[in-house]
Amino acid sequence: MNSRFRQWLDGGLDEAEMIRIMDASELPDRPREEIRQEARQKKEEFLKQEEIQKEILASRERTRWFYIFVAVLSCVCLIGVLLGLVAHLPRFGVENPLTMEVVTRYVEEGLEETGAVNIVSGMILDYRAFDTLGESNVLFTALVCVLILLRADRKNMQAGREDYYKIRSDQYYDLSHDAIMRFAGMVLMPCIVLYGMYVILNGQNGPGGGFSGGAVMGAGLILSAAAFGFDTVDRIFTLRLSNIITFVSLSFYSLAKGYVFFMGANGYDNHIPKGTPGAILSGGMILPLDIAVGIVVACTMFGFYSLFRRGCIGGKTE
Amino acid sequence: MEAKEIVLVISLIILIVCAVSVNLTKNLLSAVIIYLSYSSVMCIVWVLIESPDLAITEAAVGAGVSGIMLLLTLKKVKEENERISDEIEDRRTTREILESKKAEDESLGGEA
Repeated sequence: MNSRFRQWLDGGLDEAEMIRIMDASELPDRPREEIRQEARQKKEEFLKQEEIQKEILASRERTRWFYIFVAVLSCVCLIGVLLGLVAHLPRFGVENPLTMEVVTRYVEEGLEETGAVNIVSGMILDYRAFDTLGESNVLFTALVCVLILLRADRKNMQAGREDYYKIRSDQYYDLSHDAIMRFAGMVLMPCIVLYGMYVILNGQNGPGGGFSGGAVMGAGLILSAAAFGFDTVDRIFTLRLSNIITFVSLSFYSLAKGYVFFMGANGYDNHIPKGTPGAILSGGMILPLDIAVGIVVACTMFGFYSLFRRGCIGGKTE
Repeated sequence: MEAKEIVLVISLIILIVCAVSVNLTKNLLSAVIIYLSYSSVMCIVWVLIESPDLAITEAAVGAGVSGIMLLLTLKKVKEENERISDEIEDRRTTREILESKKAEDESLGGEA
């Protein structure tokens, strides 16, 4: 079992494929007896493997009810725990002096301290900006994992499947020459991207902010890639551009928040103007941080789509 | 009860129905579509409990982007299944070759 797993991990060929390759290439210049013996050996291994497969299937059938029982049991336990916790929460909208201390501070002083009309933005990008930095890192880690798993490089493609991503995935289901799709994309794409920009830029005044606006903009990019084909999007959105703007945004976020944390922890004023509450240029650092987060999220969403669809971001594979 | 509360209760019931039926669906495409409808109803629930920030995020990520990801994954899984069935076909022909080889071996051994 262990060696089989190792073989699968290393991307090795299985016996049937080995026999096929052997038959094709090594038949002419080797003695017949040797080939016959080797083939017999291979065949025994092949049959043994099939027996192992059958055993695995039978044992799976035997333990099926056990798994169902455990799944239902753990599900019921989880439901019980969650319902018990919900019963201990204060009622929605009712003031509770024990749990509302921090919330009262946020609601009463939030506008003055952060300069943001939208208290939620003030919380996630000012009071709790460290958490949001962690969230961005989680998203970045997810993108790295998807890159490792789905990138169409030499290690991820088995022998003889080099054109697999290109032919099957990219052209078979390609809708970019569909007239309806192109027209819908032409009408919808600018509206979606504009709405995403609006959500990002008004994060401190109304509902929205970097993450949601970035997701909307990423959806607009995905729509344009689906409607006009990857060739059109690759002209502006290359891997290099994506790397540069992701790096610049994340490092700007870290440096800006590092500066604010440092000044705040040491009791200095950070000299960032708050602006008029309600205007676009208000809320201190919230607007630039929203823009940075939005750009990263839009790039990440489109990168996910591109990796899932054809195994690379922006044009070239290797 | 106000109209808002009635809508909220109906949406919560729809959420539970969606959550259970995702598990009970055999067809993967239907499961994905039920999951997306779950996200859309959840978006309405976020608006009703007065968190429009989360409603925008849920609509963009839950119902939009993750739906695209799931559908692309489904397409990839289907392609992989086709590839595996091709491989099984290959294995079958390999076994036939082996059988015929065995017969050939026996006849050769008999001659020797």
